[in-house]
Amino acid sequence: MCGIVGLFLKDAALEPKLGSLVETMLATMCERGPDSAGFAVYGAPAAGRTKMTLQSASPETDFAGLRDDLRRITGVDSSLQVKSTHAVLTVPSGMADVVRAELRAAHPGIRVMSVGETIEIYKEVGYPTGVAARFDLASMQGTHAIGHTRMATESAVTTLGAHPFSTGPDQCLVHNGSLSNHNNLRRELVRSGMTFETDNDSEVAAAYLTWRMQQGMNLGAALEKSLGDLDGFFNFVVGTRDGFGVIRDPIACKPAVMAETGQWVAFGSEYRALVGLPGIEQARVWEPEPATVYFWER
Amino acid sequence: MVEHFKMRTVDLAATPLRDLNADLHRQGDGSNETRWEVLNPRGAHAVAVGVDAPLAIDVRGSVGYYCAGMNKKAAITVHGSAGPGVAENMMSGTVVVKGDASQYAGATGRGGLLVVEGNASSRCGISMKGIDIVVKGSIGHMSAFMAQSGTLVVLGDAGDALGDSIYEARLFVRGKVKSLGADCIEKEMRDEHHALLAGLLDKAGVSGVATTEFTRYGSARKLYTFNIDNADAY
Repeated sequence: MCGIVGLFLKDAALEPKLGSLVETMLATMCERGPDSAGFAVYGAPAAGRTKMTLQSASPETDFAGLRDDLRRITGVDSSLQVKSTHAVLTVPSGMADVVRAELRAAHPGIRVMSVGETIEIYKEVGYPTGVAARFDLASMQGTHAIGHTRMATESAVTTLGAHPFSTGPDQCLVHNGSLSNHNNLRRELVRSGMTFETDNDSEVAAAYLTWRMQQGMNLGAALEKSLGDLDGFFNFVVGTRDGFGVIRDPIACKPAVMAETGQWVAFGSEYRALVGLPGIEQARVWEPEPATVYFWER
Repeated sequence: MVEHFKMRTVDLAATPLRDLNADLHRQGDGSNETRWEVLNPRGAHAVAVGVDAPLAIDVRGSVGYYCAGMNKKAAITVHGSAGPGVAENMMSGTVVVKGDASQYAGATGRGGLLVVEGNASSRCGISMKGIDIVVKGSIGHMSAFMAQSGTLVVLGDAGDALGDSIYEARLFVRGKVKSLGADCIEKEMRDEHHALLAGLLDKAGVSGVATTEFTRYGSARKLYTFNIDNADAY
């Protein structure tokens, strides 16, 4: 199973409502994925700054004193906004790699969920409505967001095994399905310099797209290539800083519905996920074709 | 004296789906409550599943999985689109989808008529066993896979692997077929096929379309039983 929702806004007037719209969408997909949930929200960029979303199982101890430690290492100030088990650390652009190395060396309990100018990723084990509430998804603003409710099939039910997966700056991927050639592909990607946090098949798909985009492809071209290189069942919904993409495998047995109006483009594993969107009665609603890339960019 | 049949309206925004289905299941052949209207389905699953009475049910909006599954005798109209498995294993009666239908519409159906006024996606009529299906738009890949009996009529195009491993179901397609599945071949349209098709088009409310515009497809009957000469095709 698993449930996917995605919303890409074309009308800036809806941006303050992005979080509440996506929370409503996510809540309809609880039965499809009751064991964990997560979401990526693309918010406003801050000039000259990079956002890092961090996660810890012991946020009280791990996040306390983190800013002081990072100031000592980097020589500049950063801001830290704690939300439950996650925290958004904002650092000067170009500092993310230094900070990541310091976190790995001195703060082994902290995991980096995402890095980028606009992306923030929150994910946890638990019932999806509870996960959305603990991070206050409803209050989040932004241009686009992707959410996932997980029923694990290929790997353990853990925070890191939840979706979305982020393997490159401002990139994320959620997956419904299972890949059959992920072990082989992971080995090939590791040889190409990619790194992995989990044994999860979906993380391999995310890293594959990141690797393709590092080669200079845009998201649409990378998705097109994935059809030849990924084997298995998949519906992917993928976000970049300015883009939103959808692809289904050629067999297309995992459910998918899309809708579009002048104000937004939306994806849902089921039509139920879309019924709360403004203007859905007038939207163009369709089922994405198998092996076909759908891609929007602002 | 004119008999007044009661019209029942059930608003799924206020009434739990199980209550609706339990109410529908209480109806039998002599029921006075023959007309039903279901409001605000909002993509709900299993709307009007397992009805076993000659009721007319109008669902005002789009539904999720398995709407009208196992239908017997009822005439169910979805005034919207339907999710996967609409009219799955229908026994008799009529199901009309005014919009599009998702995967495996009419799967395993044993009787009755399913009309999809828009498009149906992949696996339409998979393993059909006697149901008649009329799709006014196009159908997706792997439709009529292992179809055993009944008739599938498509006014638009068909996707890849139409009729793969088909038994005795009859397929009529007016548009293009992207590819035929194993053991499915084009067949001649004889008088009885024109008559059958004309009858179904009429029942589905299609007018102004000639049966000569269709091509018939069916089984080459080479895969029915194991034959070592066909090993590559299994």
